[in-house]
Amino acid sequence: MTPGARRAINVVMSWVAASAAGLVVLPLLLILAFLLWQGASAVNLDFFVRLPKPVGETGGGMANAIVGTLILVALAAGLGLPLGILGGLYLAESRDRRLPWLARFLADVLNGVPSIVIGIFAYTLIVLPMRRFSALAGGFALAVIMLPIVVRTSEEMVRLVPASLREAALALGIPEWKMLLRIVLPTARAGIITGAMVAIARVAGETAPLLFTAFGNRFWHQGLDQPIAALPLQVFAYAISPYDDWHRQAWAGALALIGLVFVVSLAARAVTSGRFTGVR
Amino acid sequence: MADGILVKNLNAWFGEHHVLHDVGIAMAPKAVTALIGPSGCGKSTFIRCLNRMHEVVPGARVAGSVRVEGQEVYAPGVDPVQIRRKIGMVFQKPNPFPTMSVFDNVVVGLRLAGMRERAVLHEAAERALRQAALWDEVKDALGKSGVSLSGGQQQRLCIARALAVEPEVLLMDEPCSALDPIATSRIEELILELRSTLTIVIVTHNMQQAARVSEATGFFLLGELVEFGVTRQLFTNPHDKRTEDYITGRFG
Repeated sequence: MTPGARRAINVVMSWVAASAAGLVVLPLLLILAFLLWQGASAVNLDFFVRLPKPVGETGGGMANAIVGTLILVALAAGLGLPLGILGGLYLAESRDRRLPWLARFLADVLNGVPSIVIGIFAYTLIVLPMRRFSALAGGFALAVIMLPIVVRTSEEMVRLVPASLREAALALGIPEWKMLLRIVLPTARAGIITGAMVAIARVAGETAPLLFTAFGNRFWHQGLDQPIAALPLQVFAYAISPYDDWHRQAWAGALALIGLVFVVSLAARAVTSGRFTGVR
Repeated sequence: MADGILVKNLNAWFGEHHVLHDVGIAMAPKAVTALIGPSGCGKSTFIRCLNRMHEVVPGARVAGSVRVEGQEVYAPGVDPVQIRRKIGMVFQKPNPFPTMSVFDNVVVGLRLAGMRERAVLHEAAERALRQAALWDEVKDALGKSGVSLSGGQQQRLCIARALAVEPEVLLMDEPCSALDPIATSRIEELILELRSTLTIVIVTHNMQQAARVSEATGFFLLGELVEFGVTRQLFTNPHDKRTEDYITGRFG
């Protein structure tokens, strides 16, 4: 092959790879642009601080849904993150073969279960015995969706911590449980937080499992055992409504949802980019 | 009751693989004992048996007796955590904790044992870093990441980390094999300084190093202790043909 041909192939292939990378991010950019175009006009102060107006009146906002989504995500994270991280730690550290294998397999299956099925699960387990829709049921459903993601990413991150660090800790006379909690987990911290963020971003936008658990609410949060509003639910309800004003607000809601996830991700990055990070 | 390390009938396995055969050795207190031998001869496994680190590997097993400063390491009911607290260890590759500062690395053993008083921790850190001949280089950078130091400094940091919990014995598993000659000579000077206060066991591939730092040397081959004696004598007038072949470079 002549040097000229080699260089030409190099240029062509670089462009092919660059275009592929461009195509990958294109959908995200298009979605963002479309949301901004459609939703920006309905985003104003009222949107963030007002409750929805009664049917037929224009104006109002989605403040209750924003708060509701924050509460639901907090519930899900409070339940799913500790359980998921400790579960991942177990899967990575256990010397047993069968149980971790089974748990890993089931986590992967759970990851593939349609979210509406998880909604039905939460409905049967919590809504039916309590005899009402509630924030708790919604948070529980979202936590179940988070679990497999958090478990598997935490496991992978803990596995990346070099054996030499564990040995160093044990040889210092540090008990195994302290070694795991104070040396191994902090070393894997950045990666675990990234996984947690992915899980939070995923559940923040979930609609199906909330339909018959959190149910939605047109008023402020009234307690964890009561139905609660959520951004994706409200977006869904408004999008299929016959009112133009509600359509605009649905766009704005979608924009707010993406903005929320974006802010959370940025915050997590800021936290993890602190000084001495371990594995990523 | 300083009686050093007394090992009798020590056998070790990885699963079915029998890696140490009836090793018996008496190492003097407050002295440096070097262990030499070709790769895979069991010398690393041997020192990992002394502080019960061998059993950390899945499937690994030990039988026999190890007495360190009068205490039977393998007596029933003995907590390996207590043993390891008395017997510090330095590994082949420097392994400071990457999420911790220089200071935190040094005091981690004390801190995780429950010590919270800042003054005590500071004092311990300075003492350990001085002992490890690292204080002057890092005293203004105690808040810096431990892994930002050079390889030789990292290894001395690991030595300081081991010394901070005031062990009676220090095990060194090829501590210089990842270091350049200058860093190596610093570690060797350090070993010579430390031997007045500690019992040191060092595994090394470098026979000159064994000759330079140790009073006694043991030669391992295929999981057996072939010969053990005064360093000068072992290198100049070995009793065993296999030792002679090894130190004259005929194999290994």
